[in-house]
Amino acid sequence: MRRKRYHPVPPITPWLFVGPAVALSLFTILAPFVYSIMLSLRGIRVSGGGLGRREEVFVGLANYWTALTNAELWAGFGRMLTVGIITVPLILGFALLFALMLDVPRVRFARFSRIAIFVPYAVPGVIASLMWGFIYLPGVSPIREIAANLGLPQPDFFTRDSVYWSISNIVIWGGVGFNMVILFTALRGIPADLYDAARIDGCNEWQIARHIKLPLLLPAIVLTGLFSLIGMIQLFSEPTTLEPLSNAVSTTWVPMMLVYRDTFVAQSLHAGAATSILIAVLTTFASVVLFWITRRRSQGGRT
Amino acid sequence: MSAFTDGKTARAGVRGGSAWIPTVILILGALYCLLPLYWLVAAASKLPGELFTLPSFLPGFSGGLWENIASLTNYRSGRYWLWTWNSLIYAGGGAALSTMVSAMAGYGLAKYNFAGRGLVFGFLLGAVLIPGVVLAVPQYLLMSKLGLASTYWSVLIPSIVSPLGIYLCRVYAAAVIPDELLEAGRIDGASEVRIFFSIGLAPMIPGLITVFLLQFVGIWNNFLLPFIMLADERLFPLTVGLYTMVNQGTEQPGVYTLIITGALVSILPLIALFLLLQRYWRLDLISGSVKG
Repeated sequence: MRRKRYHPVPPITPWLFVGPAVALSLFTILAPFVYSIMLSLRGIRVSGGGLGRREEVFVGLANYWTALTNAELWAGFGRMLTVGIITVPLILGFALLFALMLDVPRVRFARFSRIAIFVPYAVPGVIASLMWGFIYLPGVSPIREIAANLGLPQPDFFTRDSVYWSISNIVIWGGVGFNMVILFTALRGIPADLYDAARIDGCNEWQIARHIKLPLLLPAIVLTGLFSLIGMIQLFSEPTTLEPLSNAVSTTWVPMMLVYRDTFVAQSLHAGAATSILIAVLTTFASVVLFWITRRRSQGGRT
Repeated sequence: MSAFTDGKTARAGVRGGSAWIPTVILILGALYCLLPLYWLVAAASKLPGELFTLPSFLPGFSGGLWENIASLTNYRSGRYWLWTWNSLIYAGGGAALSTMVSAMAGYGLAKYNFAGRGLVFGFLLGAVLIPGVVLAVPQYLLMSKLGLASTYWSVLIPSIVSPLGIYLCRVYAAAVIPDELLEAGRIDGASEVRIFFSIGLAPMIPGLITVFLLQFVGIWNNFLLPFIMLADERLFPLTVGLYTMVNQGTEQPGVYTLIITGALVSILPLIALFLLLQRYWRLDLISGSVKG
């Protein structure tokens, strides 16, 4: 884009507009980050034997070392990753499938289906988890009731293994609609004469989807993939809400729950700060790498 | 055109009747999304005793819903409605402030060339990649240092900056505000602030409504931030309030229907907002913004 010439405005003027956002992000993003780094380098040590005073001292990287050697943190990352491996491809796959189906000419009830699939986006993760929690819960579960009526074995949604699918299902239920709408609006932006030209050349709807729609959708797919990945890192509400309902979810099921327990239940600010900085660094690194890889790929694939 | 397309095998399921396979797939998707909500409605309409005895998908017909709403109202002398009010304050106030700040920043970034613009924009883009979750505990630590923890402000202030909102406003401002209009304003001698409010803002309104809605839903659905920031349960939003209801024990008999009814009532305002403001959901802004 060519730079436009402007009438000279005082150099302070743009900052009148950008200033509030910059000041607030310094206060709510940068400052907390810096403050936690400082906290994470300190710790409570008892000086002078058994009756000594408890005081806050500089401890270097000791808190990081404790966090990194905590098997529960790594187990939490493992569980988060497992849910991510289940949910991210399924959310993207279903969102893409529904978006493409909505875009097929002469599909019936398209408006109804589009709204229905988008509705779970309006339901907070906590509320969705409560709702599904009851749907899974023995005694009130409609699914178990149907299974019993049909003479089938009643599924147990809260075993050590099945709980991954139970949580993933809640995440998928809440995530498909938003991504579907983003992909669908991107599809609507593709000029229709491209399809007409393809039809004249004898392409069927499947070929049009495969060779025209998919490649042009790629940037939007990358974006929704990034949203889903960031969503996976934020995994907290669902396991936290299910925890009181089930023994299969521990109080440290994902890393963020561990940070919460460290900071508020164990009252150990310094350990909590170190763990949350570790998570921030690891996840930011992961999303930057993913963003970079997918960007390169999608740009390489474009003409 | 039809002379060409009618001849070949081109349009399996396109011409001549409806496309049934896509329709069935979409209906299945819709059922998956709606059936759990229907179950919630059915369960909320049952009396506490009926929850375990009546078939799951059959609503109760003995006035259970009104009874449940009445006991929800009585729950700890109206706590539930206080939480609803708080959610409205956080989501409404936060989204309004956020939209204003995003509009100004987006306009500033789109319409001025200034030293530091690249830095500001890069910083904001980088902030998108930091998940809000990892900032919540550090934000709490800072807020409590400042004595602001467990106040309305501790939830409102961190909700204002929305990197995505600023990004969308920048894209939208660049697309819909003609530079010529701004120049004309300058030639007429209007101040820059006046130009923004009287010329720049009006064409941005459809985009701003989208940003407002995205932020409203985001704050309304947020759990971790208020969960961490707030210790006083009179300040809780609905998400945290309902969670504490579950956490305090599902042992007592009436609690199940109370929570189920609370969950149902809490999602009605947002679903209503959705259906009413459907045409303002300009999500093409998001997908369009990656093409540029």
